[in-house]
Amino acid sequence: MSRPRLIKESSAPLPLDRELLVRIHDLMVKTRVLEERLIQMYKQGHGYFWIGGPGEEAFNVPLGLLMKKGQGPEYDYLHAHYRQSGTLLALGEEPIGALRQMKNTASDPYSGGRNFAGHFSLRKYNVAPVSSPIEVQYSIAPGTAMMQKRVGGDGITIVTGGDAGTAEGDFATCLIWSSRPANPLPVLIIVTNNKWGISTSAEGQHGETRVSERGKAFNIRSKTINGNDPVEAYTELKEAMEYVRTERKPFLLEANVSRLYGHSSASGANYVSEELDCLKQFETRLEADGVLTRQQMDELRNRYTEDMAAAARIARDEPLPAPETIWKHIFAEDK
Amino acid sequence: MANMAQAIRMALHYAEENLGVTDIFGEDVGAPLGGVFTCTQGLKTAWNSPLDERGIIGAAMGIALGGGRPVAEIQFCDYVYNTIDLLKLAGNTCWASNGDWNLPMVVRTPVGSGIRGSIYHSHSFDATMTHIPGWKVVMPSTPLDAYGLLISACKEQNPVMFLEPKALLRVKGDERIPGEPDDDRALSKMIDAPLGDRSQWKPQWPAELEAFAIPIGKGKLLREGTQLTVVSYGRTLPLCSRAAQTLADEGISVEVIDLRSLWPYDWEMIKTSVQKTGRVLFVNEDTEVTNFGEHLLRRTVEELFYSLLAPPRLVAGKFIPGIGLADTLEMASVPQQNDITDALRSLAGEQP
Repeated sequence: MSRPRLIKESSAPLPLDRELLVRIHDLMVKTRVLEERLIQMYKQGHGYFWIGGPGEEAFNVPLGLLMKKGQGPEYDYLHAHYRQSGTLLALGEEPIGALRQMKNTASDPYSGGRNFAGHFSLRKYNVAPVSSPIEVQYSIAPGTAMMQKRVGGDGITIVTGGDAGTAEGDFATCLIWSSRPANPLPVLIIVTNNKWGISTSAEGQHGETRVSERGKAFNIRSKTINGNDPVEAYTELKEAMEYVRTERKPFLLEANVSRLYGHSSASGANYVSEELDCLKQFETRLEADGVLTRQQMDELRNRYTEDMAAAARIARDEPLPAPETIWKHIFAEDK
Repeated sequence: MANMAQAIRMALHYAEENLGVTDIFGEDVGAPLGGVFTCTQGLKTAWNSPLDERGIIGAAMGIALGGGRPVAEIQFCDYVYNTIDLLKLAGNTCWASNGDWNLPMVVRTPVGSGIRGSIYHSHSFDATMTHIPGWKVVMPSTPLDAYGLLISACKEQNPVMFLEPKALLRVKGDERIPGEPDDDRALSKMIDAPLGDRSQWKPQWPAELEAFAIPIGKGKLLREGTQLTVVSYGRTLPLCSRAAQTLADEGISVEVIDLRSLWPYDWEMIKTSVQKTGRVLFVNEDTEVTNFGEHLLRRTVEELFYSLLAPPRLVAGKFIPGIGLADTLEMASVPQQNDITDALRSLAGEQP
């Protein structure tokens, strides 16, 4: 287990180059502002339900930046859960798509107004459809990895989920199927651990000391990291991904993260001040290290806030899907 | 003629050689066993999975997402129930992603009674499966149909549930599968794995097999008749045919429809027949409450009411928690020959 690197203690210079730090920060701010706008839309009645990932930006943004982006088994697959907007923005998605999904407009690029916010689907970048049932993605992930291993190349499968969902059998399925001696698979198995399942604390439900230790029983290389530190997240993700890419074997990565606005709108979607805010912490460090000034960061945030408000106004006025479209896409047409 | 298990095996062989099938897998599907019903013996892409049905369905979905074409097996449909939410997810993947993704995958599973399989090897699955939109659902009753429907399933862009009536898997067909050799024993020597050590065995596949496809959604008019219609599929279909023959000897003319595809299904064929005969019996062996036959019955009442000469009826399995092992229990739980013949006779004689 790596020792969490506490930012206040860090006197050493940041190990990533300035350009990358600025890019990570930019995407983290963009993601946070997007999530806050989504919450606002929900609260103003421009959507029925909000769920997302404020508090996971420090982990999700580096994940998206490090993915081998493209379509087909030569590229990385992402079987995500519903807190992954930072990853999608890091892949290059425009935030208006998420706003459209919140407003369930016909123009929603991920589900055409059919699914909740945060339920992305993006075939052009191998992002499998996000679905509401917790953890089904863990059962599906080995399949794409099998194809990737067969095809050759260095594409890997990435699957993410939360700590509460690891109680489901699908998580064990993923560990077992990824580490079959007959065919070990290139899967990066990620658990973002926020210590909660809606209102239920992990303390009362999970006896394991760390989720990552479950990998040991299957001889899966495993690690727990501080997912609130984007520098550590980037560095550890890079190392884990390189291992999976080259060894064609699974890796279990547990990232401790925060849940800044609760589970979803079902729990109020209000800021939880007791949770560590990865963005605030990163900005303190960037300022201390002279990477960005407070003014630059404030300006960036203001600009994104304005952009997002403008995009939300566009989404708000767009039409809902026509009723007769319920019959579309039940089946794919023969190609 | 080939039996249904051999027909399935030959179709899978054809599909892995010619239709892009990449993975045929499940519990005991690969060597040495080749499936508990021998359906996957000798196939080059067959492999054994962990004993994990959710893993099997999940892997099939992943393989399909990853550009492959899987044919997964659940050893008995009785064990498919812990995968229901994955089946639902497979069924909504295209719809929920607004057409972004689709899943070309086939799941095969043996269904129904007839082998004295007791509580966990006798279930049917057609009633439950037809409650899950986004899937195509087929259930052959002959080896030729099994071959042709499986070829179609392996060409599909969508998930297909292929239900195998286990009581019919060892029954030889009356119709030749294009490319199968004339002599049954020759066929067996070529493609049935030997008893004992199989480590050196390789099948010798008939060279002339072809992409003989039966379109999904088309029923088969097995027997023409004028006075009543019976619609069935799977194990109960041959029982309906025999009942029709018995009634023919009594001077009653029964039209027999093998539905073959449950979703989509051949409503036109049912409608044309019922409009002609005015009397219809639906037969299957799944439990009778919220049974697929009830759907057909409801549609018949709503759309064909004024063509009817008698109430449409359903003969199905009893709504009880299981099928008991004892001969007497199984026979009392699911439709048998007499139940069907009697129901048809009674329907033929019913007067307002």
